[in-house]
Amino acid sequence: MADTHSEHVQTKYAGLAHQFEDLAQQHDADTLGIWLFLVTEIMFFGGVFAAYAIFRWFYFAAFAGGSRLLDIRLGAINTVVLLGSSLTMALSVRSAQVGNRRALVLFLVLTMILGGAFLGVKAYEYHQKFVEHIVPSLDWAPEGEVLARLAPGGLDHAQLYFFFYFAMTGLHALHMIIGMGLLLWLVLRARKGSFTPDYFAPVEVVGLYWHFVDIVWIFLFPLLYLIGGRY
Amino acid sequence: MSEQIVPVKTYIVVFAGLIGLTLLTTWVAFIDLGAFNTVVALVIAFCKMLLVIFFFMHLRHSGGLVRVVLLAGFFWLALLISLTMTDYRTRSWTPAPDAWSTNAPPTHP
Amino acid sequence: MSTATLEPRVQAPRNYLNAEYGWKSWLFTLDHKRIALLYMISITFFFMIGGFFAVLMRIHLIEPQGALVQPETYNKLFTLHGVIMIFFFLVPSIPTVLGNFLIPLMIGARDLAFPKLNLLSWYIYIVGGLFTLYSAIAGGVDTGWTFYTPYSSTYSNTQVTAVVVGVFINGFSSILTGLNFIVTIHKMRAPGLTWFRMPLFLWSIYATSIIMILGTPVLAISLFLLALEHLFHVGIFSPALGGDPLLFQHLFWFYSHPTVYIMILPAMGVVSEIIACFARKRIFGYKIVGFSSVAIAVLGFLVWGHHMFVTGQSVYAGLIFSFLSFLVAIPSAIKVFNWTSTLYKGSISYEAPMLYALGFIGLFTMGGLTGMFLASLATDVHLNGTYFIVAHFHYIMVGGAVMGYLGGIHFWWPKISGRKYPQGWAALAAAIIFIGFNLTFFPQFILGYLGMPRRYAFYPAEFQVLNVMSSAGASILGVGYLIPLIYFIWSMRYGPVAGANPWGAKGLEWQTSSPPPPENFTQIPVVTEEAYAYAAEEKTSRG
Repeated sequence: MADTHSEHVQTKYAGLAHQFEDLAQQHDADTLGIWLFLVTEIMFFGGVFAAYAIFRWFYFAAFAGGSRLLDIRLGAINTVVLLGSSLTMALSVRSAQVGNRRALVLFLVLTMILGGAFLGVKAYEYHQKFVEHIVPSLDWAPEGEVLARLAPGGLDHAQLYFFFYFAMTGLHALHMIIGMGLLLWLVLRARKGSFTPDYFAPVEVVGLYWHFVDIVWIFLFPLLYLIGGRY
Repeated sequence: MSEQIVPVKTYIVVFAGLIGLTLLTTWVAFIDLGAFNTVVALVIAFCKMLLVIFFFMHLRHSGGLVRVVLLAGFFWLALLISLTMTDYRTRSWTPAPDAWSTNAPPTHP
Repeated sequence: MSTATLEPRVQAPRNYLNAEYGWKSWLFTLDHKRIALLYMISITFFFMIGGFFAVLMRIHLIEPQGALVQPETYNKLFTLHGVIMIFFFLVPSIPTVLGNFLIPLMIGARDLAFPKLNLLSWYIYIVGGLFTLYSAIAGGVDTGWTFYTPYSSTYSNTQVTAVVVGVFINGFSSILTGLNFIVTIHKMRAPGLTWFRMPLFLWSIYATSIIMILGTPVLAISLFLLALEHLFHVGIFSPALGGDPLLFQHLFWFYSHPTVYIMILPAMGVVSEIIACFARKRIFGYKIVGFSSVAIAVLGFLVWGHHMFVTGQSVYAGLIFSFLSFLVAIPSAIKVFNWTSTLYKGSISYEAPMLYALGFIGLFTMGGLTGMFLASLATDVHLNGTYFIVAHFHYIMVGGAVMGYLGGIHFWWPKISGRKYPQGWAALAAAIIFIGFNLTFFPQFILGYLGMPRRYAFYPAEFQVLNVMSSAGASILGVGYLIPLIYFIWSMRYGPVAGANPWGAKGLEWQTSSPPPPENFTQIPVVTEEAYAYAAEEKTSRG
């Protein structure tokens, strides 16, 4: 098709797509595109946050009781881990900007490791919920100390709390898994030398996505783990 | 690329701030401030979000269009929550007669 | 390139249709024009399926006790009719067919900003459609397209999960399309094409895309939570376990009301283009019309509670939503006034596209005005759940959006295919559609006012005459829709060659050949004149 024209252009500007006049326009378009996508994610997560806020307002005692059953240390550790991964992600974008391929790959891999650590802790926390039999619908049979904590607020309403816990952290984890896939793709491309100081838009775009997923957790942590109050 | 290169030191400082705020919010959760616990936690989370957006996501150096887009997103979420709340917050102003409901809606102070 | 299939005539120059052959060149294309055609074929397919369900319903309703199916089946018919028509026909129609085809041409670009995302959007649409078709074949869904809880989440034993997954997936197609359009319009306009020189079609597509971006994700989350509730019976939407059914409705309608503006705004954009061309006049109040499009998009997000006046929503919230619903009518009315002012002292000709545009103005006005009845709290208490609502939204969706779509297809068909279609048959089809449409849906206003409930498989005998009229109208309407299908296909082989600008219209898309070459323009144009610069032409013709 328009191959001769675009091939010529592409040897001049590695990574320029045929519909754009120059790399600056392409970069502008890519940036606007990913921010628009992040706005859709704000509305998506926002919907479930809104639902959570309403039910927390209805059944505060039950939600507080459920919240206190979460392990605050693991939540805080995970927050720090994820913030660390945002740091390494920002540094990897910076490495691409200055053309440091080894640093780029290193920081991308570090981001993946930290992301994996987060998911590992999350998996452990989910496992704990099964051990304590507080998984809505699948394994809901709280007993002993757990039951004593949840009963005052109402067991049905406590089940709603844990539904939100699993739905919200589950959606978040799903986004992280997708992010890990994107990071792997970046690592493979970076190792081949696909990114230059003039063209590293995919790294930036994935970076913005990753930071957004971090921001969701920045809100999930206090809303799920802390607002019950630990005093 | 015309984009500015942020110094490594800036990123480290921002990261330190984020960790500090995380520790702060965790610590405050152990203090009884009543209704303010929620407010403080959300304010701190909001600050952390701003740090990530402005520094890690480069909003500092981004054009006006991106800022407008982001603002629109938050504004629309605020619309969703606030207009929905006009329903929930005012339902109790005209309560349905008890005879109508088997599960009375939760009354709230 | 084969010439054997053509009548003895000059071999067509290289264009996007004949540049490459073979199924791979279509299914793996990145050309926005080919993707538009892929969409056109798919949405026509879904329109026929949704229309088939409507035909079954109208046959059934000839008799007060129902003439065709069991009530349980009837529930499935209206559900799938709604789901398919809204999500798989109306929402995509103009944006993905005319929008995809025309936006790069209208702004003077070689393609959209993200051609691969564009193709991905189509595949996502197909996957969503397949899930929905599966739900129809595997037993159907009987919840209504609105999936109200707790029936859909707790009590229905039909294929709720499958259809919800299909609609959820399809939402991504919408989001990616809207994203593509916004970035393209912001970043890829040709030199000289300022915002206020753009055709109004682009303004309306831009406003539509804003709605797609901000609204669709909320549908996604509401369907996601619904599916979880259906699968795990947890209870956020079920009163028995402490949940609130209205929460689902708030989340659902937050998207679904703006979505009616997704369906109508592009049609309004098409009407602006057609009116300007066939009245040979600049659209009166260009800027106001452009801003009204954006105003409709914004205000459209503030009114969703008017679907919930009788559900148990707080009366005070109802008051607020009612007031806001009156506000949103204003920009729509402004547009109607502006089109009418454009027609005044215009040099009007009545080709097929103009017939559809004029029909749109009349029918949309009726549909819109009846919306005012419904925005008013007190009247809505009487009319909600009746055929008045059914008539209201069909006047806008069919009398408005579908006529806008057909008008647009008739207007740009020469550009898309390089061929003209027979004017006589086109005018006849437009007339048949107009008559059939009004005969189908006007009686439904009366039925609703008299109290016939919607979504019922049977009705009191006194309503039979009006129902039979409606069903008769539906058969006429069906004939009307078939005729263009036939002559468009006919025209691809036997229609006269169109040439670059058969209507003498303004707009960059008419400055390239028909059909356009794959890269749209041999040279990117530079824009020096305002939109709809028909005035100079008009003045010379008047002498």
